[in-house]
Amino acid sequence: MKRWLLLFVWLLAAPVLAHKPSDAYLTLEREGTALTGQWDIALRDLDNVLGLDANGDGDITWGEVRARHADIAAYALARLRVAAAGQPCPLTATAQLIDTHTDGAYVVLRLSGQCAEAAPTLALDYTLFRDADPQHRGLLHFVEHGTSRSHVFSAESPHQVIGGDAGGPLRQFATYLHEGVWHIWLGFDHILFLVSLLLPAVLVRREHAWHPAVSFRAAFLDVAKVVTAFTLAHSITLSLAALGVVSLPSRWIESAIALSVVLAALNNLMPVVASGRWLAAFAFGLLHGFGFAGALQDLGLPTSGLALSLAGFNIGVELGQLAIVAAFLPFAYLLRGTPAYRRVLLGAGSAAIAAIAAVWLVERAFDVPLFAMLAAAS
Amino acid sequence: MRTLLVLLLALCTAPFAAAAPHVPADDAMVLERLPEKADPALKALKRMRAIVAANPGRIELAVPYARRAIEASRATGDPRFLGQAEAALAPWWNAPDAPPPTLLLRATIKQSRHDFTGALADLDRLIAAQPGDAQALLTRATVLAVQGRYDEAQRDCARLAPRTTAMVAATCSAGATRNADAAYRVLMEAQPAALDDAGVRAWALTLAAEIAARRGDADAAEQHFRAALRLDPRDAYLKGAWSDFLLDRGRASEVLPLVEDETRNDALLLRLALAERLLPERASRYREHRAELAARFDAARARGDTVHRREEARFRLIIENDAQGALRLARDNWDVQREPADLRILVEAAQATGDRAALALARAWEDRP
Repeated sequence: MKRWLLLFVWLLAAPVLAHKPSDAYLTLEREGTALTGQWDIALRDLDNVLGLDANGDGDITWGEVRARHADIAAYALARLRVAAAGQPCPLTATAQLIDTHTDGAYVVLRLSGQCAEAAPTLALDYTLFRDADPQHRGLLHFVEHGTSRSHVFSAESPHQVIGGDAGGPLRQFATYLHEGVWHIWLGFDHILFLVSLLLPAVLVRREHAWHPAVSFRAAFLDVAKVVTAFTLAHSITLSLAALGVVSLPSRWIESAIALSVVLAALNNLMPVVASGRWLAAFAFGLLHGFGFAGALQDLGLPTSGLALSLAGFNIGVELGQLAIVAAFLPFAYLLRGTPAYRRVLLGAGSAAIAAIAAVWLVERAFDVPLFAMLAAAS
Repeated sequence: MRTLLVLLLALCTAPFAAAAPHVPADDAMVLERLPEKADPALKALKRMRAIVAANPGRIELAVPYARRAIEASRATGDPRFLGQAEAALAPWWNAPDAPPPTLLLRATIKQSRHDFTGALADLDRLIAAQPGDAQALLTRATVLAVQGRYDEAQRDCARLAPRTTAMVAATCSAGATRNADAAYRVLMEAQPAALDDAGVRAWALTLAAEIAARRGDADAAEQHFRAALRLDPRDAYLKGAWSDFLLDRGRASEVLPLVEDETRNDALLLRLALAERLLPERASRYREHRAELAARFDAARARGDTVHRREEARFRLIIENDAQGALRLARDNWDVQREPADLRILVEAAQATGDRAALALARAWEDRP
């Protein structure tokens, strides 16, 4: 008992933690979808979990380490997960070497990996030695575009989103702008929603029938109102969701977006809302903003320059959208007087959009891949 | 040439600029000497660790193991053992209703990482459940004293007194007062009992030596230090305190044999460098050790550690001549711990920079009733 009293008081007074604690040094470098890197892990720490000292003599020899290369690589790589845009980037150890740090010898794993997609950020999960020594830290140097950033992984923060802020603010802004443009161009639901709202813009509804708009100016103003309302609405919800102020279940959001496309298309066939389409654009735009936020979450936002990335992405979405409008409007304006425009494009086009979106709605609400099933059946 | 060597050494020791990864030429080449190589107790500890890891959640295995691991970290100054103790206690680490033995170990690990708030929360809970737990009372008194909360610490020492030996009670009380004369008297009057082993007596003697040195009684201090060293010659804290005493008296050459073989311990490497700084014949070793210390403080900062601030402030002030940096560290350190050594570096850094606010802070502390 008295020995115990002693131990604890001494522990307090003594310069404990006088040695270096357990750290591992991870360097990752990214170029496009390719990852290369190096991971220095202390032999002492590996011995603690894998028992490298095979003969138990207290010395770890190169032979003992060499014999366990496969185990070391498997153990370490199972505790480091890298993903881009929600897709894993599997890593392999291409070589194992030895190096020395201030507290002893380390095994050096040379890493190489490939991501399925080039996203602006990488999501990392680092859990090395979490069960053996919760005080272990993973010190990461992430190199991209000639810029190096440091991150510290610990038991308290095993998950971090890195990258997206390398190469200066301009590059960061441009990266997210680019992502925003591509997101709207590849997001068919957003495009079909916008097209559904734009199709009647070059027409005027009178006495239960469509007539060509008299002036380009009138058509342009109608489009401008719709696009501005949509933009304003989704900017609001995109920002709120991206900053974590509001959070809604993605299945709910995705289903509601599909429903918004169905309703917008049906409104062209059986008009309920004619002159106030900008109001519908605003209301549904709020939903689409949450959808953009979901996509942005998959890409990941860097912690530094968060507002910059968010603004870049949002402006990118707007630019992508304006490009669609710019391509659509002159074409639609020229064709507006033809019966083909009213019957085929507005009529059949809206019907087709409604049908596609209805399938999305069922898929998303009930989580059944209808399109895939149809493709497989045919 | 020397500059080149120092540069090379700095490169070798910087955490991200290690020497060069290579493939060793020979299978028989020894890469790492494990700590248990020279210490049978650590070998036994390793065997216990394997058993605990294979049987998670078994408190009767985890508690004795964690205790031994904490003891090992204390004896070697190696924080890896503390992390391993925490791992063994993982099933009870975050549980508010953890069993008392795990609470005590949890608090001990937390306080050694300077998480005094966390340690006190655990100790409060433990003492509420077991008001007469002498170990918990002593641990809490010590944590409170480190924070300069002497009144509360004295209350715990008073509650502890009837439950322990006169010497433990006296040392508890002497470590929690600003009245050096009274503290010294209490220590001198306490007679060792049969139960007080060499460790307890060395602890009391070290405290007596430190207090005597602060009172300006160098002869008495030296006598106490030497007596304590005879009882416990390997203790790192004692070696550090004795080195500081010698450095204060310009006896730098006597520090060398004391700490020369302890360069893996950051706190003792600092004392070695402080001594070598004053010895012209050690100029090249001094440069090496200075670079090594800088690399270690950088490494600690990279991982987010703040437990070295007192030592780093001394390093910046005396070795790097960076008074502003030292003051910043000393002030941050002062927010967390308020032992005499923390006050001293605060005052020295404040004087070096002429920072009136920091001086006023130190004076207000000294003038406190």
